[in-house]
Amino acid sequence: MNIRTIKVDMLARVEGEGGLHVKIKNDRVADVKLKIFEPPRFFEGFLRGRKFTEAPDITARICGICPVAYQMSSVHAMERALGVVVDGQLRALRRLLYCGEWIESHALHVYLLHTPDFLGYPDAIQLAKVYPDVVKNGLELKKLGNDIVNLVGGREIHPINVRVGGFYKAPTPRQVRELGQRLTAARTLAQEMVRFTAGLPFPEFEQNYEFVALRHPDEYAINEGRLVSNRGLDIDIAEYEANFAEEHVQHTTALQSVIKARGAYFVGPMARYNLNFDQLDPDIRALACEVGLEPPVNNPFKSIVIRSLETLYAVEEALRIIEAYEIPVRPFVDVTPGVGVGWGCTEAPRGILYHRYTLDKDGLIVDAKIVPPTSQNQKTIEGDLWHFVEKAVDLPDDRLTWQCEQAIRNYDPCISCSVHFIKLDIERE
Amino acid sequence: MTPLPLIIIGIGNDWRGDDAAGLLAARALRKLNLPNVTITEHGGDGASLMQTWAGAAVVILIDAVSAGGNPGTIYRIDANHETTAPDSFSTSSHLLGVGEAVELARALGQLPPRLVIFGIEGRDFAVNAALSPAVAANLPVLVERIVQEILNGTNDRLSL
Repeated sequence: MNIRTIKVDMLARVEGEGGLHVKIKNDRVADVKLKIFEPPRFFEGFLRGRKFTEAPDITARICGICPVAYQMSSVHAMERALGVVVDGQLRALRRLLYCGEWIESHALHVYLLHTPDFLGYPDAIQLAKVYPDVVKNGLELKKLGNDIVNLVGGREIHPINVRVGGFYKAPTPRQVRELGQRLTAARTLAQEMVRFTAGLPFPEFEQNYEFVALRHPDEYAINEGRLVSNRGLDIDIAEYEANFAEEHVQHTTALQSVIKARGAYFVGPMARYNLNFDQLDPDIRALACEVGLEPPVNNPFKSIVIRSLETLYAVEEALRIIEAYEIPVRPFVDVTPGVGVGWGCTEAPRGILYHRYTLDKDGLIVDAKIVPPTSQNQKTIEGDLWHFVEKAVDLPDDRLTWQCEQAIRNYDPCISCSVHFIKLDIERE
Repeated sequence: MTPLPLIIIGIGNDWRGDDAAGLLAARALRKLNLPNVTITEHGGDGASLMQTWAGAAVVILIDAVSAGGNPGTIYRIDANHETTAPDSFSTSSHLLGVGEAVELARALGQLPPRLVIFGIEGRDFAVNAALSPAVAANLPVLVERIVQEILNGTNDRLSL
């Protein structure tokens, strides 16, 4: 009997604490466990008894990378529970804020966290020594994303300007349009980002996935839409819990999500791209085809190119929003507390983020449920590793470990969010 | 932008025990009203840190470290001439840490002309922990060493 163990005790370049354990018995994969040991955080518990107005600021604290996603899912849920519609320039400002988070998060992951895997460098510092311009472009794009979040959200990390009903203060058209020149320059950087990433070497690896994303009739969905999949799912977000279940699995502190009828599914940039490609701008679709990335894309390693295309989209969308921006008459609409149940589901950089709240007559939170994207992808990541290791079993342990980590980073996992990180360990028998 | 002559950046988190040391040292330095010195506090995200020091001629970073020494031990790193050990500083798996920011800036040729890092060995970085007695006791020593660094460094600064 020949047992090999591939083990990463603490995965680097992912958010939060987790590890991976792969057991190989006689050249066949016997077990794969994505272990998440980030301690549970009990956010859903301590939201109970708080005012509905506090949810955006409390839930933003779940993540330093995607606080906007938490704020957006929570405000949409509260507004739905209380029958409030936020539209016009306030809606556009929310989309601009979210574009900032997509740009910031995607630029960081593509350039500084994932590219080193493809080019054989252990980290961004070593990459920067050989490809300084690549890293500089990444930092420039990230800074632009941060500056958008800073302007609209009032602060780069854990923004403070978001409230149920809108914003505390709306930026002036002049402030917003000051971003214009930089966004125009960023458009070129993002196009270069697409061409650069499309030229990276990709492992041959395709799987049959069920992709799940929001779809909106008029736009590439970010804040609103119906939940759809490539296998016929098409539901209002209120039906999320009727169709999806969270399961406790012993080796992880995160709950794993499944589609009740079918099992594992895939959320995030690749899901959005495959389901909503037709809603990207013609120039972006043309560029995608030029670099050979017509949908459907079923190789998760190519998600790095899709993140780059989405960065380009977010830059172009932000440009559109700032050109049409006029200061709203009031920065928020009034919201009256009352009894209700509300659902919010928005496209965080890593995929759909679902919130549900039940409110009492005084607008206090009776019950809260939060399902972040990484816990939804967890089972799919394990499936990928299983099939990937099976094909790559002849590789020496150090090479195999490297590629397993690269495969995990295809999902840009945010483990702090999902716990509620990563050590990798391959065992050969 | 006019180049800032000298910027002191205190790095840390008030709610994580000894990690607050960099911030506390910056606040103590601010009270001394040193002329022509900009003092700022920072959460430690590397990419943002590189922007914070951009344009400055002389940069002093203050951060709590975990380098295996006795709590309160003070370290001085001349980053223009020595590499940092990225793992010693407050790190995050997803954001760039302080040491990574310094090394990334070096790789990109973007280090400030003069960058000195003062570290103080922490012991307890738990949420809501109090400052360790050994760290609290050595904070005034750290502040005094930074003041001396600025005074001694004045000639260096003029020569830049």
